[in-house]
Amino acid sequence: MGKVEVAVVGAGAAGISASIEAARAGAKVVLIDENERPGGQLFKQIHKFFGSEAHRAGIRGIQIGTDLLEQAKEAGVQIRLNTVVYGLFAEKCLGLMCGDHTEELQADVIILATGASEKPLAFPGWTLPGVMGAGAAQTLINIHRTLPGGRVLMVGAGNVGLIVSYQLLQAGAEVVAIVEGLPTIGGYGVHASKIRRAGVPILLSHTVLGAEGHESVERAVISRIDKNWVPLQGTEKTLEIDTLCLAVGLSPLAELAWMAGCRFIHISPMGGWIPVHDENMQTTLPGIYVAGDLTGIEEASTAMEEGRLAGLAAAEALGCLSFEEGAMKKAEVRERLETLRIGSFGKGRSLGKKQILESRGTV
Amino acid sequence: MRVGDHPILGKAEWGKKVTLMVDGHPVEALEGEPIATALLAAGRRVFRYTTKLKEPRGVFCALGRCTDCVMVVDGQPNVRTCVTPVRDGMVIETQVGLGQWCYSKKTGEKKG
Repeated sequence: MGKVEVAVVGAGAAGISASIEAARAGAKVVLIDENERPGGQLFKQIHKFFGSEAHRAGIRGIQIGTDLLEQAKEAGVQIRLNTVVYGLFAEKCLGLMCGDHTEELQADVIILATGASEKPLAFPGWTLPGVMGAGAAQTLINIHRTLPGGRVLMVGAGNVGLIVSYQLLQAGAEVVAIVEGLPTIGGYGVHASKIRRAGVPILLSHTVLGAEGHESVERAVISRIDKNWVPLQGTEKTLEIDTLCLAVGLSPLAELAWMAGCRFIHISPMGGWIPVHDENMQTTLPGIYVAGDLTGIEEASTAMEEGRLAGLAAAEALGCLSFEEGAMKKAEVRERLETLRIGSFGKGRSLGKKQILESRGTV
Repeated sequence: MRVGDHPILGKAEWGKKVTLMVDGHPVEALEGEPIATALLAAGRRVFRYTTKLKEPRGVFCALGRCTDCVMVVDGQPNVRTCVTPVRDGMVIETQVGLGQWCYSKKTGEKKG
């Protein structure tokens, strides 16, 4: 069985950031990812990020990903790709599957940064080829440079729905409409304005009743809904499309934390079941830390800061950082995290995070 | 459809062309890309049919999580085409139900 000081699962925004901090402090770090390429979802974020200069506002996700990987290499992080972590067992032992063989890796500290997956939305015809996650379409166009279709209906006007719609336009597709069940747009005004300027209607208080087609999507039926989300008869409209994208939220990929036996809390606005953690990102199990979307759905900027926090805390726990040094560095990260969770958009996430921290103390 | 020119990403640097055999027909693919994008670019939407109702399924998550896009690849069923890179000469078949192993697990010999 292999041994390492810090094992980080997931080489996305949070995982790479955690690895960098722990390795810079002097810990031996292995960063594991099931994909062929590291970076998680960063490399499909071709839009500019928000926040302050410290959060690298105005820089595109792809550039941030490239920089992070460079820093991880410089810090001496060992990156293991094409490696699936299939289990987290007693004594902080990870089960790895790599190609056609398996192996075990025991770590003094484990940082889980497994991210999230897109939520589906069930309606008649939702299993037809051509119905896919908005993130799926984003991967296809921005990473693999292949359009999944030419005429798209987007469901959901949160940031993912708005951003991916715009990126579909940039890739040359036509977006016939964005439908949103809520009476308001969930995403940032900047993104919504860009979409509207491009002539894409955002239909609020609307839902998709069904998708139809012979062997793949050819049409979608949408309708207006009342405030109880009941479709209003007579408002149905049929749209000719070949692709239907779902941007209806994300849920944390928490299997390893469940398997380890971490305590969880259910917070709907944060994406569902979330492993309880303290202000060092440590779960209810000593030596197992979490960071990023796994700890509640937010965004890449907060994921990177949470990753740094977990990496620093892990290094401190291993004795690589002194108490004073650790406290100082963590305070800096926490301050930046706080500024990312202000305003009308950050408030809900800030409350959700507070709820997680408070539940840490209760049994 | 391929996205050759892009306002942010610029001109695409395509990988070397390779050829896949898909249900007996040659399909062009680009080295380094997953099987699924080569098939989508070639206009294919249906990747498999379900076990009981024989309903069509295609790419759903493009991330290796949902397993909706699995096909029989080089005789091995349930291969996630969205995260499996192409290789020249790869033999790909539409999967029906759980698919069938074309090779004996014991001997490695081709069946039938």
